[in-house]
Amino acid sequence: MKTAAVNKKVRSRRSLSRNDRFTLGAFVGLPTLLQVVFLWAPTLITVILSFTYWNGINVADIKWAGFANYKNIFFGSPVFYDALKNNIVWLLWFTFIATPLGILLAYQFDRKIKGHRIYETIFYIPVVLSLAIIGIIWNFMLQPGGFVQGVMGRDIGNAISIWGNYDINSYVIMALASWRHIGYIMLLYLAGLKAFDSSLREASAIDGATEWQTFRKIIFPTMRPVNVIILVITIIDSLRAFDLVYIIYGTSTAWPLLNILAFQNFAGQGISMKGAAYSVIALVLCVVPILVYLRNVFKEDLQ
Amino acid sequence: MSTTIVQNKEYKNKQKTKDNFISAIIGFFAFVWIFPILWTLWTSLRPYNDIISYGVFSWPRNLNLDNYFQAFRVMGLTKYFLNTLYVMVPSVILILFLGSLIAFVVSRYSFRFNLTLLLFFTAGNMLPTIATYIPVFWLYIKIGDLFGNRSLLYNNYFGIILIHVAFQVGFATFVLSSYMKTVPKEISESAILDGCSVFRHYWNVMLPLLRPPLAALGVLMSCWIYNDFFWALILMSEDSKRPVTSALRQLQGQYITDFNLLAAGASIVAAPTIILFLVLRKQFVSGLTLGATKG
Repeated sequence: MKTAAVNKKVRSRRSLSRNDRFTLGAFVGLPTLLQVVFLWAPTLITVILSFTYWNGINVADIKWAGFANYKNIFFGSPVFYDALKNNIVWLLWFTFIATPLGILLAYQFDRKIKGHRIYETIFYIPVVLSLAIIGIIWNFMLQPGGFVQGVMGRDIGNAISIWGNYDINSYVIMALASWRHIGYIMLLYLAGLKAFDSSLREASAIDGATEWQTFRKIIFPTMRPVNVIILVITIIDSLRAFDLVYIIYGTSTAWPLLNILAFQNFAGQGISMKGAAYSVIALVLCVVPILVYLRNVFKEDLQ
Repeated sequence: MSTTIVQNKEYKNKQKTKDNFISAIIGFFAFVWIFPILWTLWTSLRPYNDIISYGVFSWPRNLNLDNYFQAFRVMGLTKYFLNTLYVMVPSVILILFLGSLIAFVVSRYSFRFNLTLLLFFTAGNMLPTIATYIPVFWLYIKIGDLFGNRSLLYNNYFGIILIHVAFQVGFATFVLSSYMKTVPKEISESAILDGCSVFRHYWNVMLPLLRPPLAALGVLMSCWIYNDFFWALILMSEDSKRPVTSALRQLQGQYITDFNLLAAGASIVAAPTIILFLVLRKQFVSGLTLGATKG
């Protein structure tokens, strides 16, 4: 049977006319070329550049630096450890607070709780907003004389600096990041739950299980493939985190992240390949989760 | 028998009270969630002078759409919206077209590199964008110089379109190829037996079947590209050529004190994606979930 299938495949390839083979080549070649030139090659070049000194202008000026940029980062830049810490805080917060909240919401909405349709819409709206808009909205909410300060009883005269105070801004940034992340996870999980066999749930209800027990013991374990994918997406997003903080602080390092440091070294005054090294560190951290994601998504094909 | 039914009823009633309680709590959070957006809308309807004289919490004396007219006039939003269209429409069409090509070949013809190709495209979509900035920037300038026109790619819509396509085509490939697996192989087999050329097989047989995922992806991609402003900040040097979200980011600094005007601007720019989501929610959700969970 198997050999027959293989034979058939071989035959169908041989039977392609020259024209067809040309068409297929173009179909594959065009998009691949685009991906290689504008995505994979630049990424690879950045990896190479991270081992050099360069000002980003003339190729002739590139000088080999060995591990100097990395040495500088690991031993001479305390800000790197601040960034690493923030990335880890972000990761932990997303994994243990924001993502579970999204899952919990999805579960409640899947039970068709009263008002679930309007709630779903509301929780998802922040996800479709551009970060440029989110920056404006929250700046307005939090600025001196804004709503939040007003509620706390502080007028413009005695306003606190939310963005400048490290104890406060970490929480605020986590809250803003969650504002987008929870809705996203909610929607993904909800779609996974739609495929869930509802007779299992009914059976457990008849057996007298409470809703919480049903979720913990039956639904959550059955949703394992979706859980893994959502966890991996959460990790990758935390390691890639950049744009929300950029919107608030620009290229300053008031609340550094790996990618903010990378961007600062590209876009700040005087390009330095230390930035390339920063982005390579962020990239390397992403490699394992990306591989886990690919393995899970293409499980059947890989076998 | 009757006691169990009574018990069951009691249980159901208890669950109902609990559900109402849960619904109320979620309702409270939903209000908190939407509040910043409502507050921005509310602010956009009030004149600047009212806020200055009476404070943000004051009772409204005037509510009107003046800030909206003002935003279009002063900020020149119409021009920026057009710029967005110049980038968005070609990008989305190209992403769908190229993505469907790869997905078609990978799922309908067996080559040795099929899986590699698919993995390569899917992984490409997950790479951190920042790692590509320096080489892409440099490449754009050099390609421009090579053809004697520095703004061939840099500071040109064409360049931004290319980079969007390169980054998003992986996602489209992934979604479309997992959808194609659900399309019966027999359709393709009979097409091949009938002597269909590869191009006709793609164009006349497969593409019409792909309408639902193409629509879903089209909606999702339009939203993403509309919202993106980083590439336009980096690869556009002229303010007047920027798409609307990048322009808004620039205008934020310029109008930082007139918050009512800025709120109106932000509301106008936010409207298209929110409306798109509310109207085409089904496509939106299915595009996202086909991509993430293959469901």
